[in-house]
Amino acid sequence: MTLFPLTLADYLGHWGAYVVFLFIGIAFGVVLEIAGFGKSTKLAAQFYFKEWTVLKVMFTAIVVAMVLIFLSTSIGLLDYNLVYVNPTYLLPGIVGGLIMGIGFIVGGFCPGTSLVAAATAKLDGIAFVLGAFFGIFLFGETVEYFEEFWYSTDMGRYTLQDMFGVDAGIVVLAVVLFALFAFWIGEHAEEYFGDFRRASFPRWRYAAAAVLILVAVAVLVLQQPSTQDKWNWIEDEQGERLTNREVQIHPAELLDTMHDNRINAILIDVRDESDYNAFHILDAVHIAPEDINDHIAQFREEPSNTVFVVMSNEEVLATEVWKTLVAESVINVYILEGGVNNWLSIYAEADFKAEYAPVSHASDEFGYALTSALGARHPAARPNPDVFEIEYEPKVKLQDKRGASGGGCG
Amino acid sequence: MLKPSLQLRGRPTRDYINPYAAGILLGLVLFLAFFITGNGLGASGGMNRLLVVIEDAIYPEHVDRTAYLAEMAGGESNPLDSWVVFIAIGTVIGGFVSGWFNGRLKVETNRGPQVPMQARWVTAFIGGAFMGYGARLARGCTSGQALSGGAVLSVGSWAFMLAVFGGGYALAYFVRKLWN
Repeated sequence: MTLFPLTLADYLGHWGAYVVFLFIGIAFGVVLEIAGFGKSTKLAAQFYFKEWTVLKVMFTAIVVAMVLIFLSTSIGLLDYNLVYVNPTYLLPGIVGGLIMGIGFIVGGFCPGTSLVAAATAKLDGIAFVLGAFFGIFLFGETVEYFEEFWYSTDMGRYTLQDMFGVDAGIVVLAVVLFALFAFWIGEHAEEYFGDFRRASFPRWRYAAAAVLILVAVAVLVLQQPSTQDKWNWIEDEQGERLTNREVQIHPAELLDTMHDNRINAILIDVRDESDYNAFHILDAVHIAPEDINDHIAQFREEPSNTVFVVMSNEEVLATEVWKTLVAESVINVYILEGGVNNWLSIYAEADFKAEYAPVSHASDEFGYALTSALGARHPAARPNPDVFEIEYEPKVKLQDKRGASGGGCG
Repeated sequence: MLKPSLQLRGRPTRDYINPYAAGILLGLVLFLAFFITGNGLGASGGMNRLLVVIEDAIYPEHVDRTAYLAEMAGGESNPLDSWVVFIAIGTVIGGFVSGWFNGRLKVETNRGPQVPMQARWVTAFIGGAFMGYGARLARGCTSGQALSGGAVLSVGSWAFMLAVFGGGYALAYFVRKLWN
């Protein structure tokens, strides 16, 4: 199993975990300060081509963090699924960015750097921080008037590698090369518009650039893990849960889970569309096995009291989809024991069986001769749990989410 | 001579470090944040929550009625109960310690040569207001969106980053008297 990110609250408690963030913040503040980001004139010079410190620091930081993140994910040390990726709300992001660009050139800071400036007694930094608080206050008071826009162009977790449909390694290498190109432009501009001589810059930067390219190429060669790779990493542990039948829940447990209003039950029906149309459990959503990957990001964002139950006619297909979900770090996933056939054998009453006789069928195929498409329009799709009193061994245990807590700049 | 005393003045002022070296250090901090916690860095979100603490103390009914604020501080929820608050507090501490250690902790106003001090404070406040408003609209600032989202290759974060630089460069010429 990929070890990182850690669930800090397990080791340090809910508030104790925040100590780690405090230390990260301290390191962040120190680095911004020694970079000179507490000084507004140094930041603003970026926009007059004279000094490219802002671009150099930012892009170096981005590419260094990026190559290390994707190197860690490719060797299975870090789970990218559990890393917070800012959701894309394209238009509000662009408009907000343009407004921030105005704030940057007029005010001379961005929020993080202004905190450092204020902490080192720069009066313009303090004025900026007060202004930022005012702007944030104003936003909280006005957002209700354009809420629709604020939530518009929501693309969710959407990465550059998704957009281009390539392995992340290609994007990583392209971003590294793009950054190096930007540095080259910047250094020449500094020589032309500013008071710098390129010859005076340290020569180790060439070595650093070479190392960056090498690591990016390594990321590209190693490739990001496929679902199959991720399953192989966890097969020992999770395969045992399958064999011990710890995740196959009795239909009666599913029925109780559906009626438990402390639990958000999501029923995933992975059978053929025709079987689904013939009969499915009330509120079960139909997802073809090959489309399951498109839903995974959204599943991980469900609240922590969510239980996923995968079902096929029996268990074969459901087990495959279960493996995919578990390998992709979805938690609290279960399989309906015996599938929809077993569900019907318990909850379909005599009149159902009289009309739609059980038929002999191949493994994991639908076991009833349904002549019309019932969908969920049959009592067996929504049985009353009080009528059926069935003993079963409860297996659902809610497990806490790992990884980014809440996430975002929120 | 360096003396191990807590004096605020008198420490020799050191030079800023090379921007690429600073970038590598910042990248390591950013990587470790993601690697250990799954979250990146942030600043404006923490400032937002600190502000909401005050709003909630003064006028809790208003906070409960405004959806955006209630999400952070509605009813019983504590706006300080978020990682990003601790990042912001840490940033202030780290900036202070580094400024003191490097002899850069001094009361001053950095401004363009043609700008009077009071005018600089006003433009800093106005710029800050734009920055604060824009950062919340964009769901993150230069740290939370551009740096963090950029490193994990979020499409929105890259579009945002281009917009920030685009906005800055587009306006730079018209406000050149502020800085040159």
